[in-house]
Amino acid sequence: MIRLTVNGEPHRLDIDPEMPLLWALRDHLHLTATKFGCGRAHCGACTVHIDGEAVRACAMRVGDARDQTITTIEGVSGDVAEAVQDAWQKRDVVQCGYCQSGQIMSAISLLGSTRKPTDADIDAAMDGNICRCGTYVRIRQAIHDAAKALA
Amino acid sequence: MTTPSISNALSLAASRRTFLQGAGAAVGGFILGSFVPFGKHALAAGKPVAGVFDPNVFLKIGADNLVTVITKHFEMGQGVTTGLATLVAEELDADWSQMRYEFAPANPKLYNNLFFGPNQATGASTSIANSWEQMRKVGAAARLMFVAAAAARWNVPAEDIVVAKGIVRHRGSARQATLGELAVEAMAVDVPQKVNLKPASEWRLIGTRLPRLDSAAKTAGTAVYASDVRRPDMLTAVVRRPDQFGATVASFDASEATKIPGVVDVVQIHSGVAVLARDTWSALRGRDALKVTWDTRAAETRSTAEILTEYRALTKTQGLTALSRGDAAAGLASAARTLEAEFTFPFLAHAPMEPLNGIMEFRGDSAEIWSGCQLQSIDQRMAARVLGLKPEQVKINTFLAGGSFGRRGSAVGDWTIELATLAKAINGRAPVQIVWTREDDIKGGFYRPMLLHKATAGLDARGRISGWQHKVVSKRIFVGTPFERVFLKDGVDRSTIDGLNDIAYDLANYSVEVHNAPSPVPLLWWRSVGHSHTAHVIETVIDELAHLARRDPVAFRLDLLAQHPRDAAVLRLAAEKAGWGETLPPGRGRGVAVHQSFKTRVAMVADVSVEGSAVRVDRIVAAVDCGVAVNPDIVVAQVEGAVGFALSSVLRNQITLTDGVVDQGNFDDYEPTRMSEMPKVEVHIVKSDAAPTGIGEPGLPPLAPAIGNAIFAATGTRLRSLPLAAEA
Repeated sequence: MIRLTVNGEPHRLDIDPEMPLLWALRDHLHLTATKFGCGRAHCGACTVHIDGEAVRACAMRVGDARDQTITTIEGVSGDVAEAVQDAWQKRDVVQCGYCQSGQIMSAISLLGSTRKPTDADIDAAMDGNICRCGTYVRIRQAIHDAAKALA
Repeated sequence: MTTPSISNALSLAASRRTFLQGAGAAVGGFILGSFVPFGKHALAAGKPVAGVFDPNVFLKIGADNLVTVITKHFEMGQGVTTGLATLVAEELDADWSQMRYEFAPANPKLYNNLFFGPNQATGASTSIANSWEQMRKVGAAARLMFVAAAAARWNVPAEDIVVAKGIVRHRGSARQATLGELAVEAMAVDVPQKVNLKPASEWRLIGTRLPRLDSAAKTAGTAVYASDVRRPDMLTAVVRRPDQFGATVASFDASEATKIPGVVDVVQIHSGVAVLARDTWSALRGRDALKVTWDTRAAETRSTAEILTEYRALTKTQGLTALSRGDAAAGLASAARTLEAEFTFPFLAHAPMEPLNGIMEFRGDSAEIWSGCQLQSIDQRMAARVLGLKPEQVKINTFLAGGSFGRRGSAVGDWTIELATLAKAINGRAPVQIVWTREDDIKGGFYRPMLLHKATAGLDARGRISGWQHKVVSKRIFVGTPFERVFLKDGVDRSTIDGLNDIAYDLANYSVEVHNAPSPVPLLWWRSVGHSHTAHVIETVIDELAHLARRDPVAFRLDLLAQHPRDAAVLRLAAEKAGWGETLPPGRGRGVAVHQSFKTRVAMVADVSVEGSAVRVDRIVAAVDCGVAVNPDIVVAQVEGAVGFALSSVLRNQITLTDGVVDQGNFDDYEPTRMSEMPKVEVHIVKSDAAPTGIGEPGLPPLAPAIGNAIFAATGTRLRSLPLAAEA
């Protein structure tokens, strides 16, 4: 039995501890906003927060997430999250939208530690998140917008 | 209910059925039916027979004052849900804040793409173009019905009723009502047989920056994709497919696989061996434990280098004449200078962020699909054929798709057939979800074709093009698909020569010869289809000819576009906005390209920096003429996105084969563009009153040649083949 706290709620799951956290979230907790993109931590579509840090859920065994505090986009909150999601919407960043949960989780993590990121900071923090629709121009703008709103 | 994205995916279909069943006066809804043709079949479908699901609607307005456009097209990110709603809202005079969308069910008679015959399908950048009149007429007819309802309620002449921002008002008194308040009465009005559409001067929404209808849900993480749907007792299936295309299962041993906890069944299907399990992880572990031996007698066993050698040999034989104008051979014979250029193009995977997936429930005499479904009519027919049903017995719930770039529009319904085969194999005893992993996607075929182009072009003594002979070698995309009759002519696949066949440049002596090269590798359209290669060849050769003639590349092109003012206009605009003609510092270069695809013209100027073999694209300036830009911000987004999507294919992406086995497998060796590589993108839209044309694809074709030409400008080295890095 694996105990997890996801978005503030405790869960007990009777699953293989080798199962990636991604599939535990999607298939067993039905938290499907965290997406499967590559399964190899190449694309960031599955980005969640563990104690505020951006983590790729596809590359973490659920057994290693035991007793940790996990936040998915369904449970993210606070002024940084609001600023990021507000900026995303004002810029109409999304196209297909599939990667955007992960993009937003990475952007919140970035702004949580770096309140006024430079373009180089954005490159470094966001390079692990692939957007196949190519919305990078707007993601960058939205992160700068959110930083301004938080200043 | 509002948008699919904020509803629970599982209750979506059911709630729509309930709404329609109750959609008379009892619920208080307004529903407007099909307007194709606009005359005798036009009907208000607000009185469905009890218990019958008859979704004969394009528009629903409820007492909640929400205006829901039933969207016949599929949303892969291109913004069509917003675009179609804009057309309806414009003529209805609705307020943008009350607009919502829902995806239409599969019904080729009601929801067909008007450019594709009786087929419900999204593709070829046609969604707005084919809906341009249809959806405005839906809005205009509904508006007249609300005006009539208000006139009757207030007992005043219809001429004295005005509608603005969703409020119906009597001019001359304080009486007013919302669309929602009038919905029931408007429903009772006869559908008008004729409507007048607004002149462009009266548009309030078309041409303005309206926020996307799908932004909020996609930003909050509440948007529902097919892969997020969970059906009760659903089994998840993954398929072990052969390493070589065309191989088939000789035998398999599932004894280890079935020992994996959660694995429920192992089934052989036409494409391989499927493991069905209680969850995705168990299915994947089960698949890893399978032992399969393959019959490779009909398989592709060549490497891409061998295929290329065979392509080159084919160019020395007589091919099919696809096009011949003037006398290309004589034009070349009389040339003062001749250029011979070879271009190669690799197979490319689409790699949408959401890997392919879908769910099916097979109930013996009917079936239901949940899928990010791009060609509903193909998938419906293919599933029906596998299951022994009539197409109308297969219900499709279309979901938001996490990208496609062509892959979800499978011309042969490949993964829908896998899904139906699995559902049938287990006799429908559980809902089946099929999941492709990223490796399945990258290695799974249905690629943009691998091609060879050979262009021979000559200049006369005055630097004018005297002749152009062109050869293309490719496997045909459309052979063996339902599209064969439309897209194959005299053995030539149109997608092999798209862009070459309607070249805008004034070429008096010009010929195109095609060589078809069969292979078991399955192919498919890839964003911009034939234009993804032909534009690069044309625009690189033209650039080379301009340099050979010692002419400025923009001026040289403009001379050849005298008969094509719209192409010339985008070229001029992009050049002007980019500062064409400025001197750049060493190591930097600027290149240009212009191309028409899907009736839209796009010119691009690329600025690059080259350091050693490293190329960085600093900026793209684009000019676009897509007719009326229904939503200019989405037009800009599509061009920005086309740059981001295509950049990695220009620089590095390729699918290669070694002894028939795909060498790539995930985003490490088939790496899409990343944030740090994304250039600045400026998009300028030509103001136009022409009917709208496509924008999903046309931003892609000019990118590669603009970058290649910029690298030449920076270095003097001409890189022709794609990806450019492979040649550098």
